[in-house]
Amino acid sequence: MKFVDEFRDPKKARALIEQINKLGEKIQRTDSRPLQLMEFCGGHTHTIFRYGIEPMLPDWIELIHGPGCPVCVLPMGRVDDCVALAERPDVIFTTFGDAMRVPGSKKSLLQAKAEGADIRLVYSPLDALQLARKNPERQVIFFALGFETTMPSTALTVLQAERDGVENFSLFCNHITTVPTIKAILDSPDMKIDGFLAPGHVSMVVGEQPFQFVSQAYKKPIVITGFEPLDILHSIWMLLKQITEHRCAVENQYARIVPPEGNKIGLKAIEQVFEIREFFEWRGLGSIDHSGVRMRERYARFDAEQKFAIPNLKIADPKSCQCGEVLKGVIRPWECKVFAGSCTPETPMGALMVSSEGACAAYYNFGNIPELLSKRQTAKKES
Amino acid sequence: MSRPLRQFNAEIITLAHGSGGKATRDLIENVFVSSFDNKYLNQLEDQARFDLTDIGKHGKRLALTTDSYVIDPLFVPGGDIGKLAVTGTVNDLAVGGAKPLYLTCSMIIEEGLTMDALRRVVLSMKAAAAEAGVAIVTGDTKVVQRGAADKLFINTAGVGVIPQDVDIRADKARPGDVIIVNGFIGDHGAAIVDARGDMALENTIKSDCQALNGLIERMLDVCPDIHCMRDATRGGVATVLNEFAEASSVAIMLDETAIPVRQEVRGMCEILGLDPLYLANEGKLLAVVPASHADKLIAQMKQHPAGRDSVIIGRVDQSPAGRVILETGFGGSRIIDMLVGEQLPRIC
Repeated sequence: MKFVDEFRDPKKARALIEQINKLGEKIQRTDSRPLQLMEFCGGHTHTIFRYGIEPMLPDWIELIHGPGCPVCVLPMGRVDDCVALAERPDVIFTTFGDAMRVPGSKKSLLQAKAEGADIRLVYSPLDALQLARKNPERQVIFFALGFETTMPSTALTVLQAERDGVENFSLFCNHITTVPTIKAILDSPDMKIDGFLAPGHVSMVVGEQPFQFVSQAYKKPIVITGFEPLDILHSIWMLLKQITEHRCAVENQYARIVPPEGNKIGLKAIEQVFEIREFFEWRGLGSIDHSGVRMRERYARFDAEQKFAIPNLKIADPKSCQCGEVLKGVIRPWECKVFAGSCTPETPMGALMVSSEGACAAYYNFGNIPELLSKRQTAKKES
Repeated sequence: MSRPLRQFNAEIITLAHGSGGKATRDLIENVFVSSFDNKYLNQLEDQARFDLTDIGKHGKRLALTTDSYVIDPLFVPGGDIGKLAVTGTVNDLAVGGAKPLYLTCSMIIEEGLTMDALRRVVLSMKAAAAEAGVAIVTGDTKVVQRGAADKLFINTAGVGVIPQDVDIRADKARPGDVIIVNGFIGDHGAAIVDARGDMALENTIKSDCQALNGLIERMLDVCPDIHCMRDATRGGVATVLNEFAEASSVAIMLDETAIPVRQEVRGMCEILGLDPLYLANEGKLLAVVPASHADKLIAQMKQHPAGRDSVIIGRVDQSPAGRVILETGFGGSRIIDMLVGEQLPRIC
C-alpha cells in the first residue's frame, strides 16, 4: 500500500538496527542498567508491539511505555460520571469505541449499554453533532477524550454547534494535556529515563516549542516521532545519536507531518473553547496540576458538566495496582503484583490493562505470559 | 400438491403470518415450499423423512451442526442473510470432511418486514442450496412483535455424512505441518463495517460468502489426511489458529507477508485500527496439512473457483506450545492471542 509500505521496509529496519548497535558501542554506561527510553504516546506503544520491535532491539535498550493513552489514564470517578450521564433517559451518549470497556467503580459504558442506556459509538465529534440535529427532542452528549490531538476537532464541533444553534448538543470534557504530564514524570524522584520519543500527533497540533523544557531544563534528549515502525527505529537512533554526542535537543523525526509551529488554526480553536483546569485526576498517576482543560464560560451551554448534575466523586485506584510505577519506568508491566493474575484485559484493575494501547494490555496480548511470570518470580527472589 | 394455492398478495409480514392459521399456511406455501421445492419438504409433514440406505451410501458417520444468523444489514455486497444461512452451515459440515446433504431453515421474523425482502432472502437461500448441492428439507416460521427481533433471524441446522478415511480434528496438528488458507482474508468483516455506512467510505468491499464443500471435496481427493480444518468465521483467522494450537499443543508460526489481504481491506483496517487477522470471513478455510502434500493440494485448490488464491501462510512448530506467533513483515514477531470481546476502533 502506497505511503504505508515504505515505512515498514524490513531492509531499512535491519540497517537501522545495525546503526543503533554501532552507536551502542560508543555509549559509556556508568552502571549495568539498560538505557531507558520512554515513548510517551499509546499510539507508539501500539506500533512497537504490533510490529514486534522490542525483540529486534539490543538488550541495553529498554523501552518504557508512558502514560499517553487517554483511555487508560481516565480515572474511575470520571467513568462513573459518564455512566450517570448515559443512564439519563433524555440522553444519547456518544463515545469513541475504545472508551466503552473502561471500568468505572460499578460498571463500564459497555455494561450500561447492555442495561439499556442509549450509548452510541461514533468516529468523530461531528457524528455526534449530526445525531443531535436528527434528534432534537433528546440531549446528545459527546464524551470528549484525548490529548491535544483530538482537541481541535471537538473545539471546532462546539463552534459549529454554536454557529448552527444546536442547543441539545454538549461535551463531557475530559481532554488532557501532554506537557504538564511529561513534567510530572520528570519531577518524580524515582525517574530514571534517559530520553523521550515525543508524541507525533500531539506535536502536529502544538508544534516543537512546548517540548523545549525537556532538553533545556531537564537536560534530556527528545525526538518527535511518527507512528510507523521505521519512524520508531529512526527516532531511537536519533536519541542515541544525541546521547553519544552529549547533546540535548528537541528534534523532529516526523517533519513530514509536524510543522515546527504546529497547527495554528487548531490551536486557535482550542484556545477559543477551552481553558486550563487547576488540576486533573489521572488513573495511576494521581492529580497533576494544569493537566486537563475545561470549557470556557462562554460555551457553558455546551458543557455537560454544567448542564447536568453529575456525581463527580473521586474513586481511589485499587491499592494493589502498580500502574504509577509502570508508567514511570520504575518496574516493568509484568513485575506488577497483579499482572495476569487479578488484572487481565477481561477484568482490568489498573489503567494500563484497559485499552489495547496500555502497556500492560500490550504485554498481556502480545507477550509470552508464562515466560514473563517466571521472570517476575526470579526478579522477586533476587530482590 | 392437492390443494390449489390461494391468492397471496401481502406486502409486509404481520403477526397473522405467525399465527399458525391460514396466513401462515399461505406464507409457507407461497414463499418457502415453492422456492425450496424438494420431495422431503413437499410432503408438508411435521418432519422430513429419510431412507437410511440413501444416507449410508456416502459413509458410516453422520455430522450434525446448527448455526443462527443475525446479520445487520440483511443485504451486503457479495451476500445476504439467506446466502449466509446456507453457506455457513454447509461450511460447518464440510470443514469436518462431511458431504453436506440436508438443511433445516427456521426463521424468526419481526413484523413489518417487507414480503419483497423475505422473498429475496428465500430466493438467495434457494440459489445457495442448489449451488452447494443440498436440500432444505424442513423449517419453521415465527413472527414476533416490532422490536422483539431485528428484522429477520435465521437458524439453519445441517446434516452430512463423513466418508470412510477422513478424520479431521483440531488436535491433530503436528510439527512440520503447514497452514493453508484458500484466499484473501477479512473481506466479510470489512464488508459489514462498510455496508453499515458509519464510516462513509467510498469503496465497496464484497463479502466472501461462499460454500466450501466443492473445494473441500477436491482437497480430500488429493489428500484424505488433512489434519485440521475449520472455516474462519467470527474471530477470524487468529481465533481458529489459536484453537488448533491449543488443542494440538503446538506452536503455529505465521508469515505476515504471505497472508493475503486485499488493499481495500488493509486500508480500512489502517484507518480504523482493526486487525484483519480478527475480521470475520464467510468463505475462508484454514487447513493444517502434512508438508509433503502441500504443493499438490495448493495446485488442486487453485483449480476451484473458491480456491483460486490458495496459499501457505505458516507452519507448525513444537514450541511455544499453544501459541500462535506472527513473524511480522517488518522483521519482528508477536503473539496473536484470542480477542477479548469485540474489536473496538481506536481513538487516535
